[in-house]
Amino acid sequence: MSTPAPWGPDPAGSPVETPAVVLPEGGSSSLADGEWHRMHPLTPLFKGGLVLIIVAGIVISNMRERLIGWFVSLFAPDEAKYMDYGGDPVDWVLDNNLILIVLLGVLALAVVLVLVFWMFWRFHQFRITGDHVEVRKGIVFRSHRRAPLDRVQGVNLTRPFPARVIGLAKLEVVGAGNDANVELEYLATARAESIRADILRLASGARAAREHARTGAPAPAGVTAQLVGSMNAGVNGLIQGVDLADVAPESVVKIPTGRLVGAHLVHSLLWLVFFGAIIAVSMIGILIGAVRDGEAEIGLIGLGAGFAIGIPMVLAFVAVTWSQISKSLRYSIAPTPDGVRITYGLLTTVTETLPPGRIFAVEVTQSLLWRPFGWWAIKINRMSGKSAAQQQNGNAQQFNIVLPVGKRADVERVLALILPDAPQSDIPLVWEHGILGPVEGDPYKTIPARAWWHRPLSWKRHGYTVTEFGVLLRRGVLWRKLAVFPLARLQGVSVSQGPLDRLQGVSGGQVHSVTGPISGTLSGLERDDAIALLDGVSRAAAAAAARDHSHRWGSHGSASGTADAGGAASSGPAEPAPYSAPAGGYTPMPPSAPPASYAPPASYAPPADAQFPVAPRVPPAPRPE
Amino acid sequence: MTESPTTPPRDPHGFEQPTRAPEFSTPVPEPVEGRTAPVPPAAPVADPSAAEPVGGAPAAPPVLDQGTYQQLRTPRSPAALALDGTWHQISPRYVVSEYVQNAILIALIVVAALVIHLAFEQVWVWIPAGLMLVVTLITLIILPRQARAMGYMLREDDVVFRRGILWQRMVAVPYGRMQLVDITQGPLDRAFGISQLKMVTAAATTGVQIPGLTQDGAEALRDTLIQVAETRRTGL
Repeated sequence: MSTPAPWGPDPAGSPVETPAVVLPEGGSSSLADGEWHRMHPLTPLFKGGLVLIIVAGIVISNMRERLIGWFVSLFAPDEAKYMDYGGDPVDWVLDNNLILIVLLGVLALAVVLVLVFWMFWRFHQFRITGDHVEVRKGIVFRSHRRAPLDRVQGVNLTRPFPARVIGLAKLEVVGAGNDANVELEYLATARAESIRADILRLASGARAAREHARTGAPAPAGVTAQLVGSMNAGVNGLIQGVDLADVAPESVVKIPTGRLVGAHLVHSLLWLVFFGAIIAVSMIGILIGAVRDGEAEIGLIGLGAGFAIGIPMVLAFVAVTWSQISKSLRYSIAPTPDGVRITYGLLTTVTETLPPGRIFAVEVTQSLLWRPFGWWAIKINRMSGKSAAQQQNGNAQQFNIVLPVGKRADVERVLALILPDAPQSDIPLVWEHGILGPVEGDPYKTIPARAWWHRPLSWKRHGYTVTEFGVLLRRGVLWRKLAVFPLARLQGVSVSQGPLDRLQGVSGGQVHSVTGPISGTLSGLERDDAIALLDGVSRAAAAAAARDHSHRWGSHGSASGTADAGGAASSGPAEPAPYSAPAGGYTPMPPSAPPASYAPPASYAPPADAQFPVAPRVPPAPRPE
Repeated sequence: MTESPTTPPRDPHGFEQPTRAPEFSTPVPEPVEGRTAPVPPAAPVADPSAAEPVGGAPAAPPVLDQGTYQQLRTPRSPAALALDGTWHQISPRYVVSEYVQNAILIALIVVAALVIHLAFEQVWVWIPAGLMLVVTLITLIILPRQARAMGYMLREDDVVFRRGILWQRMVAVPYGRMQLVDITQGPLDRAFGISQLKMVTAAATTGVQIPGLTQDGAEALRDTLIQVAETRRTGL
């Protein structure tokens, strides 16, 4: 740690004295050098800003009477005597000539506050070593959180609107578990981006990252220069509308604003029409009753009640729709060497980076209303690392949406990005047989006709199929859904059967994945298909996990020789740019086609009378003898 | 397929159960020794070749089948869910322990209802109390059947847990996905020498809890699971 900085967080509170010293987190080394660093000096203002706003609110609400009285006496001096209030501290101060003392007190309070914030800032430090990212903070109640880098589930860069103006950003290192995130708030945007790159590079297992990190960008000269610089950059970013540093990798999908707004409006309108119809019907009922009884007052009251319910409802719909739209505006998704980068948000910008192999399930959906337009949406299940309370709010839901709305070509490009290991042979299963299916002779195991009542509308579609890459679940007819659960990330399979199911010889099934918007439940499968699901899937999952090395995607090249000598298929090339060619549709796996270590999909449908553990399997790849 | 019992992990098909199956399908009164005799204890785990992902099912320690039920109770219908292989079962002492716990519960309910009835003269209290008693009694009646229907199977790549007769459920959890294995024991459980084993994965819905294992069996199962999981672990 270099010399302590002699400035306070508030330039007005404690004047900056000749900032000749470089920033403590500056210097010639980058931030991922294993040393302790501090947050941006404006952080306490941002976090303390809430306290200041509350204090100001209390003061203003106390002064309100006085302000009103002042205005009244200004315009109508006769009425002023009615605004008599005893015991007002301001009066008391004025009466006793204590202005100077009070002003001094206020100044002292401000200084104390600034000092406290400054102390908090001093004690809030982070460190990035080769294996961990650590944050320690607090003065009285100290907390020290350390997260291993090889379990990083993603890195999110959030820029709330006010922080964006002065060029600050919050970095969130997503861990696996409940409330497992490490938050670095706030950092200058450029620094946050370089830290993100460092964390991802270290997480990828490339040890050279530290050496590379040492040749980072030189630090700014001083506080004022930094503040001015970041302010300028922030304003420029606002004016240009796009934060160039983020979108440097070209987005593979461009969503026209009109489509985005339209897609959200279509859904909102449906709900509006639905509730509007309910209200209209009930109001008409009330009116008819009132007219028949000849009591006009009741009719009027009913009308008033209808409007009283209806107008706030319309306002709420507008607000919800707007918040959804503004969250999805300026959407971009792009491949980077360290994962897929997703950016969205109009005012508050969020940039997520999803390293490879952190996606537990993918689902492509299309509602009936979107079908005429050919629009689709993509959601994923992933570790959010948030606590249960945080998961409830709408921002957290947004983290699971990968494509808010897109055409088929967009969906194909995004799927190729987020499921780079999916083999070419699975594409018809996803499209023609899957989302658009059912097709005669497709491999999906669906609900038999005798058990149609499990899904009265979609029983012909409702089913699953297993490939060597994942389990594909096809569900829904009004709301078409196709979910892909990569086998390498599957957490388990279960089947269940009640008495009615048993009478019909069917069974329910479920594919387990981490908590998220995509469920893996199926019902009404043929009993043998369900058993095959239990049998084949978990065996294939173990094999897929053995082939999979995406959790250390950068170091796989050197490790593959020793880790699996049995010739298991590697998940990608060794160089850290597995996402470099996603341009047109599916060009998924660079040349490492899996050697025949797994049976083709057809062999997962064991004959009904076979004993499952004995079912012939393609023998594993030749062992080194 | 080679039948040599000394090299089960090198079996090219990775299965050793078919060779053992005929032996277990016939219910033997005291099959404790017979069940696991053909398998060298802990062979695949200790064998260096177990590091390979496909290495045959882990050998079950013989203690898993000591002092447990020996005959799985399953639905008779041919359409019921069934798997081939060796199911390990839970201890009959689980039923005794549950009976004692439920007897305590019943006693508490009756005492509370009597107090409210006699001291406060509230006769209606017997409506909720009666409902609770009936539910508890029904639970007690079906408990022995339920206990006999619970079982777990150590397969090549996963552990399968089953429960239920009327409503059947089977969960398969791949070994490599286990985040932790947890053994818990209540005060009464300790008195009867049984414990509950819980497997935790990254998915909240998997939720495999095996109640009523013998103390030694639970520890042996935990060690086996963790040992196998070590060799097959991946990211998440």
